[in-house]
Amino acid sequence: MAAQNLQSVPDQPAAPQEANATKGQDQREADGQAYFDRVMADDSRIEPKDWMPAAYRKTLLRQISQHAHSEIIGMQPEANWISRAPSLKRKAILMAKVQDEAGHGLYLYSAAETLGQSRDQMMDDLIAGKARYSSIFNYPALTWADMGAIGWLVDGAAICNQVPLCRASYGPYGRAMVRICKEESFHQRQGFEILLELSNGTPAQKQMAQDAVNRWYAPALMMFGPPDDDSPNSKQSMAWNIKRFSNDELRSRFVGMMVEQVRVLGLTLPDSEVRFNEDTKKWEHGPLDWNEFKEVLAGRGPCNSQRLERRREAHDDGAWVREAAASYAAKQARKNAQKEYAA
Amino acid sequence: MTPEQTEQTETTGHGDISVGVAGSGDSSASATRITPGNALRPEDIALEVRTGLAKPTEDVAEYALRLGDDALILAQRLGHWISRAPELEEDVALGNIALDQLGHARSFLSYAAGLNDKTEDDLAYFRREHEFRSAHLFEQPNGDFAVTIARQFVVSYYQFELYRRLTESTDATLAAIAAKAVKEVDYHRDHSAQWVLRLVGGTDESRRRMIDGFKIIWPYVGELFVDDELTTRLAEAGAAVEPSSLKADFDRLTGEVFQEAELEVPEVPFAPGGGRRGQHSEHLGYVLAEMQVLAREHPGASW
Repeated sequence: MAAQNLQSVPDQPAAPQEANATKGQDQREADGQAYFDRVMADDSRIEPKDWMPAAYRKTLLRQISQHAHSEIIGMQPEANWISRAPSLKRKAILMAKVQDEAGHGLYLYSAAETLGQSRDQMMDDLIAGKARYSSIFNYPALTWADMGAIGWLVDGAAICNQVPLCRASYGPYGRAMVRICKEESFHQRQGFEILLELSNGTPAQKQMAQDAVNRWYAPALMMFGPPDDDSPNSKQSMAWNIKRFSNDELRSRFVGMMVEQVRVLGLTLPDSEVRFNEDTKKWEHGPLDWNEFKEVLAGRGPCNSQRLERRREAHDDGAWVREAAASYAAKQARKNAQKEYAA
Repeated sequence: MTPEQTEQTETTGHGDISVGVAGSGDSSASATRITPGNALRPEDIALEVRTGLAKPTEDVAEYALRLGDDALILAQRLGHWISRAPELEEDVALGNIALDQLGHARSFLSYAAGLNDKTEDDLAYFRREHEFRSAHLFEQPNGDFAVTIARQFVVSYYQFELYRRLTESTDATLAAIAAKAVKEVDYHRDHSAQWVLRLVGGTDESRRRMIDGFKIIWPYVGELFVDDELTTRLAEAGAAVEPSSLKADFDRLTGEVFQEAELEVPEVPFAPGGGRRGQHSEHLGYVLAEMQVLAREHPGASW
């Protein structure tokens, strides 16, 4: 496992936060920073109770909550096809997959909560449009073949991004990612299998598969984020051992994998400029429309308002249920306390 | 080249986590084949039917169709909650219940399909409305969360009593399906009963909604316990149980939950039903239209 040596803090220096309560604030900060720097240098892990720089906490909170939101919003385009899945086996697989995504959201919200923000607050931010999620989910899932293309390309890109995150320096995030990656790997396989079946099916099915690959290819490549020379936060994240490889590096690896796999599928990538550069030993692809990326990011994508509205509706419709559960739990706690008192 | 091989690239760590179904070397492997232990899978039943190891009688096939259709239509209803539930935990829980029901449906339908060399998908996607055998309860719309819980409460207590007895069926396949299903439905009972208590004992609004939910759902309870010629014949043969024989335990156990919730058992007249004879609620046509549309657009296609 990639994260095998990262499960514990370094054995040599003790975490400083408890021992020096009598020291001044500045000294505590300095000790904390020194400890943090050693953890980074040793490529080890920071845990929730360790001192960490405010900017590190903020960056992680933003990244993990965005990741959680992406899982939750990402349920929608696929949930859209559960009721129409064309065989009962596919229906079962799709249900299980969308359910997994809810589970991923739960782990990630929990990981983010260890940094000091509540899930309710994160959910409120999402619904208020203050928090971001992966832009890819603002594209519509128009045909059954999109279930294949999303699994193969979107989950495939997510895996390339996420496998290195299993080694992220923040413990709860890295550990959540280990489990998520196992399930994502399975999701990608089911997407590949859907496309393979369609590609070997009727002409109409094959065309449906190619059309879906054509529509999802470029948005999937853009999931890795802007080109390295236009990605201001990447450098700091790499210094903090959160991010391990640059956006372009990961994108290039992903293209290389897809080139191989699309041949097995009997389909093509909608990109005539894909090639392996013998000099750099890297895969290259044709130009991407970064204006479109920025437009979708800015809220002007095909489904931005639809996705948020759906989340808001579910949240609002469920408010009375959550209130009832909280009220019931409080009443039960009071009852139990009275019983204990009487006994 | 298989997808397994193509994924062995230099991406860090990727090889380590790529332990999916393809690793087993079974090219027909699917998500639903990954079942803990030796639990019975729909694919196993389909295989037994294909190879002639199991073949239902005409009566048993008709009976399996009833149970399969109940579970299928309910799964279709519950699946709608995924991404719309009041809390993420409920997206997961209702999704789980939907998956269980879909698994039971696939098993029963795979078995029923064995009568005429058909498949579960032939039965699910290419029968017309009057050929379905679901009871009206399962066809009822989700409504708000309380209506869904009321429906779930009735279904899970009914199915538990039914499957518990069916494990003794003289038909080995029905008994095997029931043996797997009863364990899962036991959890569904727990889930629905807990929510009934929570909603009745929560806020004024949740109490009102839960009571309304029961009023909406309760008319369709009667149909579940009606015997007919088929069930009488099957019960005499020891292959099935008379629906009426489940009623006393159903009343007793649901009554305990009502009592704990300090709620009266709903007093509403039962609707006549008719689903077992192919006479359905107005709702079923819409459910089927959505469920079948894609499969029917590509008849004969494989997915």
